[in-house]
Amino acid sequence: MASSRLLVAPELAAIKVHGMTRESFLLRSTLAGAAAYGTLSATGLVTKALADSSSGDVEILNFALTLEFLESEFYTLAADQVKGLSDDETKLTKKLRDDEKAHVDALIATIKKLGGKPVAKPEFDFGGAFGDRATYLKTSNTLEDTGVSAYNGAAPMIKSGEVLGAAGSIVQIEARHAAIIRLVRNKPPAPAAFDKASDMGAVLKAVKPFIKA
Amino acid sequence: MTDSALRELADDPSSRKRFFKMLGGAGAVSAFSVALAACGGDDDESSSSSAKPAPPAKSADTNKSDLEILNYALTLEFLEADFYAQVIDSGMVKDPKVGSIAKKFGSTEQEHVDALIATIKKLGGKPVAAPKSNFGPTFDKGLMATLEAAADVENLGAAAYLGQAGNIKNKEVLAAALAIHTVEARHAAALNELVGRGFGDGKGGLKGSLPDGPFAKPMDMAAVLAAVKPFLA
Repeated sequence: MASSRLLVAPELAAIKVHGMTRESFLLRSTLAGAAAYGTLSATGLVTKALADSSSGDVEILNFALTLEFLESEFYTLAADQVKGLSDDETKLTKKLRDDEKAHVDALIATIKKLGGKPVAKPEFDFGGAFGDRATYLKTSNTLEDTGVSAYNGAAPMIKSGEVLGAAGSIVQIEARHAAIIRLVRNKPPAPAAFDKASDMGAVLKAVKPFIKA
Repeated sequence: MTDSALRELADDPSSRKRFFKMLGGAGAVSAFSVALAACGGDDDESSSSSAKPAPPAKSADTNKSDLEILNYALTLEFLEADFYAQVIDSGMVKDPKVGSIAKKFGSTEQEHVDALIATIKKLGGKPVAAPKSNFGPTFDKGLMATLEAAADVENLGAAAYLGQAGNIKNKEVLAAALAIHTVEARHAAALNELVGRGFGDGKGGLKGSLPDGPFAKPMDMAAVLAAVKPFLA
């Protein structure tokens, strides 16, 4: 599993997810997805679940929802805690917070519409990410880029055209977020000609260390 | 011009089976072969958009509609690559920061062109020729108008890819399109920033880049082609 590229982001390692075990997190939000990539041997149960298209889509949506919960919480706390931001950076932080919250709400609504059960919001601990402007922006940069690669990796597995459209309209915003944050950091807004697609297992690997076991 | 090229494509009776290799030089689709296997193949015909479900012709039809989309994307990418090349050649950009963005974006669009051509060929299709562009009137209005036009074209590109995502049949093609889609979005956001659009007061440079709010809006092919028409000769 190609997880190392995500694990090289040390600022993410400070983030912890409380309230669920690593195992339950994996099971609840991504078992089917991980199995889809062959990272787990697909049991009969999982194979059956994936055969049902709306069930597979719900798994992907819940995976996305978990990431959006994380981003939403991240900016909500950042807006309160990070010192030394310019007016525009504060405004941007609030805009990002509102966008991610809108994504959370949309994903929950979509999951329910499909007859699925949205995952509960985990508790997160972002460690020292809000200690100073630079750390915050760097963590934000990593989260947004990770979000883009997560959606791009999962989207081709989506069966419903409607769900795919929704995921596409969200990932485009994540990409725009990433570009803006990168500009703020004086980094190239679009470093590669093709955005990376990470499989769910790899993204989870990046999140897993932050889960309080 | 584009229409006739697309129509020409529609007559291409190629089989999609020829390609199952990685598309155009991107690591972006690396997870793909496994994902494909997990999806039980990519022949999922759940979409209602291809109206003729004649079973023997299904594969060719699927291939054909993907090729149409790829050539449509190629037309837009040709236009973008040409735009940046001409901007750089014109010497109108003096600010090194803007210059490096124009160069980087231009070389990225050229990579998109190359990848799309390779993909179309792998699918057994025929890549459309580059359209003849007409950016002169835009350039004559100066750098800001030129950057605004670049932002417009990138926003159109992002909306165009988003508009087609649900129509793409082949999962591998979809993965490649998505990997390009978000790069167009990054370009659009950055250029919107540069030209001072969107939210923010402009005090610290955060002037814009989220024109649609939390959810990006797709555009269909006809709307996009109409919007780029002023740039075509």
